[in-house]
Amino acid sequence: MIEIALVKTLQGDGAPFRLEVQAKVDSGCFVTLFGPSGSGKTTLLRMLAGIEWPDSGKIAVDGVTWFDAERGINLPPQERAIGFVFQDYALFPNLTVRQNVAYAAPKGEARLIDELLELTALSSLQQRLPPTLSGGQKQRVALARAIARKPSLLLLDEPLSALDTALRSRMQDDLAHLHRRFGLTTLLVSHDIGEVFKLSRQVLLMEDGRIAQMGTPDEIFLRRRLSSKLNLHAQVLAIRREDVVNIVSLLIGQEIVDVIASDQEAADLHPGDFVELASKAVSALLFKKKM
Amino acid sequence: MNLDWQPLLLTFRLAASVTAILLFIGIPLAYWIAHSRARFKPIVETLVSMPLVLPPSVLGFYLLLAFSPQHAFGQWLEQWLHVRLIFSFAGLVVGSVIFSLPFMVQPVQAGFQGLPRSLLDASRTLGKSDLFTLFRVLLPNIKPALLSGAVLSFAHTVGEFGVILMIGGNIPGVTRVASIAIYDEVESLNYAAANFHAMVLFCLTFGIVLALHLLNRKWAKAGPR
Repeated sequence: MIEIALVKTLQGDGAPFRLEVQAKVDSGCFVTLFGPSGSGKTTLLRMLAGIEWPDSGKIAVDGVTWFDAERGINLPPQERAIGFVFQDYALFPNLTVRQNVAYAAPKGEARLIDELLELTALSSLQQRLPPTLSGGQKQRVALARAIARKPSLLLLDEPLSALDTALRSRMQDDLAHLHRRFGLTTLLVSHDIGEVFKLSRQVLLMEDGRIAQMGTPDEIFLRRRLSSKLNLHAQVLAIRREDVVNIVSLLIGQEIVDVIASDQEAADLHPGDFVELASKAVSALLFKKKM
Repeated sequence: MNLDWQPLLLTFRLAASVTAILLFIGIPLAYWIAHSRARFKPIVETLVSMPLVLPPSVLGFYLLLAFSPQHAFGQWLEQWLHVRLIFSFAGLVVGSVIFSLPFMVQPVQAGFQGLPRSLLDASRTLGKSDLFTLFRVLLPNIKPALLSGAVLSFAHTVGEFGVILMIGGNIPGVTRVASIAIYDEVESLNYAAANFHAMVLFCLTFGIVLALHLLNRKWAKAGPR
């Protein structure tokens, strides 16, 4: 069981921002921290790791107190049983893949390292240096390295955000597999709802430095978002006039869609504007994509 | 012609000692400047870079006063440590270390600051001490900066004149380094001897700086470190 109760005031670019988080997470659980940028997700992760210090509060993991402002306890990151995967991976450029993974492994754990390299499909790359690896390979090294320390808590700071969709999906499978294999309590920061559904049992929804909602992915996303209306966020790319209608090209995710707009609607739109595209009573067709 | 190698050998002994000492002092100092958030950090940074702008004679003059046994610090050194820094090789080393400090600290500091902060954080989360991280991760990744610092300090010490003349004088075999010897030979119109010293210094310095550029180019080609 991981108990978190933390307060920290952050001095950002604008006004001071207060982060106040209270949560309990079951051991062995895969939990996602979900929320918009700037809601304090990464800072929370860094405070759990001991890289940043809260102003007050408490962190206890499986009965061991890692931080307690009142009792003056603050374990350094070295003494916290954590694995941390950074957004930029933070691989050591001067060490080979194997040396990176072995960096934190307990002495005489060559078999664990072999297994991790095997599980992350890095065995054939183990003598390579990180600057020569692709994004997905770097990500797997970072993950294997974090797990090699045998942590009780694995912290993942948007490790998949820089990967393309297909690779991302494969990495999600790998993550799920490693989670099951080592039974690690895992905290993942993510912006991606699909990822949250695929991986996590519990979601902490963060907004403005607080946990706005806690629950399963179903409870958080489906119950509040289900409506009979199809509602998409889009950006206007171009507007052109053809015969008697206006054609507006919209960017939805990575897809470009043309829709028709009346003169009145088009008059108010400019390329670069953000719009909401709504359609009522659609009967949608679903096709499974081959990845 | 009888070639006098003594000033040249003395110069290189001085430059080698200064570079070795600066590696010991400069790396921790650069690390501290790169990572510290102390309020008085700008003062330390300013003091370190002062020798870049200060006329060497000014620095030499104050070092002369400080090291002189007639003043408190010099007296203390002589009484307690039995060292006299004035007109001695040890004094030249101390003076040169101070004078060449920015040439070591600044490249190394820039090297540390150019590394992603997450490397240190990652190593901490992997259970390693900062000292272990320094030797295993940080220093190996700033090799070009370390080499620049060492070469610049060495070359700068070789070319030093003002500070040395002030605190060392011109004692053959003790403080008469090549740059002083050149000045001295020119003063006595002995141009051939001056030319010998000058030519050796010129060629050697050219060789060292050229080697630095070639090595840096090789490392840059080897990929981002």
